[in-house]
Amino acid sequence: MDAILRSLIDGLLLGFVYGIAAMGLTLIWGVMNVINLSHGSLISLGMFSLYFLFTGLGIHPYLAVVITAILGLLLGIVIYAIAVHRIINAPHLSTLLATYSVNMIILGIGTAILSTSPYNVPFDLGSIKVATSVVPTTRLIAAIVAMLVAGGLYLFLQYSRLGRYIRAVTDNREAAEIVGIPSAQILAFSFGLGTMLAAISGGLIATFFPFTILAGGAYELKSFVIGVLGGLGNPVGSLFGGLILGAIEGLVPLAMPTTWTPVLEFVLFVLILLVRPTGLFGGSE
Amino acid sequence: MRRKLYLLLGLLLVASMVLAGCGNKATSTPAANAGGGGKEVTVTIGFTESQTGKYNVDSTAQTQGLKLWMEQINAAGGIKLSDGTVVKFKAVSYDDESKADKVQQLYTRLATEDKADFLISPYSSGLTSAAAVVSEQYGKIMLATGAASDSIFKKGYERVYQLYTPASHYLTGAVDILKANAPDVKKLAFVYENSKFSTAVVTAAKEYAAKQGYDIVLFEGYDKDTTDFGAFINKIQDSGAEAVLGGGHFQDGETFARQIAEKKLPIKFLALLVAPPNPKFAELGDAALGVVGPSQWEAAAAYTPEAAKKAGLTWFGPSSAEFAKAYKEKYNDDAGYHAAGGYAAGVVLQKAIIDADSVDPDKVKAALDKMDILTFFGHIKFDTGDAHGLQIGHEMVYIQWQKEGDKLVKQVVWPKEGATAKLLYPLTH
Repeated sequence: MDAILRSLIDGLLLGFVYGIAAMGLTLIWGVMNVINLSHGSLISLGMFSLYFLFTGLGIHPYLAVVITAILGLLLGIVIYAIAVHRIINAPHLSTLLATYSVNMIILGIGTAILSTSPYNVPFDLGSIKVATSVVPTTRLIAAIVAMLVAGGLYLFLQYSRLGRYIRAVTDNREAAEIVGIPSAQILAFSFGLGTMLAAISGGLIATFFPFTILAGGAYELKSFVIGVLGGLGNPVGSLFGGLILGAIEGLVPLAMPTTWTPVLEFVLFVLILLVRPTGLFGGSE
Repeated sequence: MRRKLYLLLGLLLVASMVLAGCGNKATSTPAANAGGGGKEVTVTIGFTESQTGKYNVDSTAQTQGLKLWMEQINAAGGIKLSDGTVVKFKAVSYDDESKADKVQQLYTRLATEDKADFLISPYSSGLTSAAAVVSEQYGKIMLATGAASDSIFKKGYERVYQLYTPASHYLTGAVDILKANAPDVKKLAFVYENSKFSTAVVTAAKEYAAKQGYDIVLFEGYDKDTTDFGAFINKIQDSGAEAVLGGGHFQDGETFARQIAEKKLPIKFLALLVAPPNPKFAELGDAALGVVGPSQWEAAAAYTPEAAKKAGLTWFGPSSAEFAKAYKEKYNDDAGYHAAGGYAAGVVLQKAIIDADSVDPDKVKAALDKMDILTFFGHIKFDTGDAHGLQIGHEMVYIQWQKEGDKLVKQVVWPKEGATAKLLYPLTH
């Protein structure tokens, strides 16, 4: 029983961070029907942003997460303006290729400058005991930050004027434009929000795991699984999807070799697509 | 008609002789080039370096060691052969990105386009295995440093020579340490990287431990890019293991040790491959304390001309202190065993050329086959039987990170005769 609890706590704490990463992907899909294939490399940029802000400028890692979030928002708006805006109404293949190209540009420049060697953020806050599990404080804080970000995003989308604009554009872009909502700016801002979430998750992960410029790719894959679990286009569902994935990653190794975990995750991915394509918590098909 | 035929045949004969002559010239050995006494011959040494990718840290150290040797030997005027020929060295190298397919492509280029006379292996068993296929195909002598796998030397290769203690003996000493220092430990867990090298090492160590009467409660590999060891740490705790052995390469080993300390895993002994002996391991701070690691070389290990005399071996090359000092001066960094391995590859090649009194590959090969020397790196002797080229002279030393005041220092704890400190036991995370 102790073992199950320990593994579950570990998995769930990580699941919150996965959830934030997936939220960014699913928000962009929900608002503008774009599958952002540069999501993984944007997570990596979040990791490196935190690394350089901390090791280079000596900024505290959690303040660096805030700065990384702002930089992510701005970068997302720039990427939208340059690569996505002109083809936003084109078939899906065009936006897939455009975001994939952005991905390759980021990875190419990143590899040339940073190499593919691993980086570590030398930051340690010790550990604390949660139930029977000893948990590194950085992971606990990451989970709390992820919860705050998810809650903040929910409140923002539900109650702020900008959030309502985003939901209006999501529901019916043309109707939103008729009532005077500047859809181009809202789309750019939404892409920025999605990128910001990717950058935050990258920054949080960097506080406890080593990473390379290619590391975001694995989290992008997880984001797809989580997106489908929680319902593509349903950002809050993503958080629950993240928790489910985290729980699977925590519990599966108790019963079988750890290398089986991704196999089970992707089996689940295919099953959900077949049986309930709107996701466990509903979303746009 | 017949006269024309004879003329044609004659022309063909002359043409074929000219072509054959050209061919000989193209494949002529440096020794043939060096024929006239007093000449200077530049021998090309080809290798790849993992400037990027996961082997970057270890590979860079290895290359730096090799380059230091090359600079020193060239600065000292090269190797003088008995016919007055002076042999100097130049390096040709590329970035293999820590990838086996790149290695095959680049070693083919080194052997054909760059016409390297001798090859040094890339870092790691996996990459060396890929390089060995190519070097053997082109008949080049390759000194394999940074590669401990036994299997490379069971493929019938004739020109690949290993400097490291092979994997089958890499971690068995950790079991001996436990036996000598921790009679209360009965349950062992092996958690290792799913790579050729690590799997070979832990499989051999597991068999050895089982023979010694230990209970192996966990034996599981992790993927090479693993950054989250949470699941493994939970499994170790559930298994009731008192000692953990395993690891893989630097990055995963460092992360594994860090997360074990963060989770305060209640184990008494931790021995990991590759990572602990690297001076950068100390950056972990208290998480490094008490971690044991096998090392191919340590500056403190007692390999001296006197030890060579006692063992009835020929001593060759600089002392450990001389190498460590020169390395520190050049790179402003402490030399680890990867760096020493790179330097030792140069020293062994140097000795083989001196013994062969030639740079002719066949003569150098014969000299390597006969080699039985003690160097700063340890005893060097190659198998000349079924596992041709396998290292059979060299032995591992085990280090442990301990504290001197507030400072983390590396101490040799095994074998006893070379120990600089007693084992810190049990772990105090």
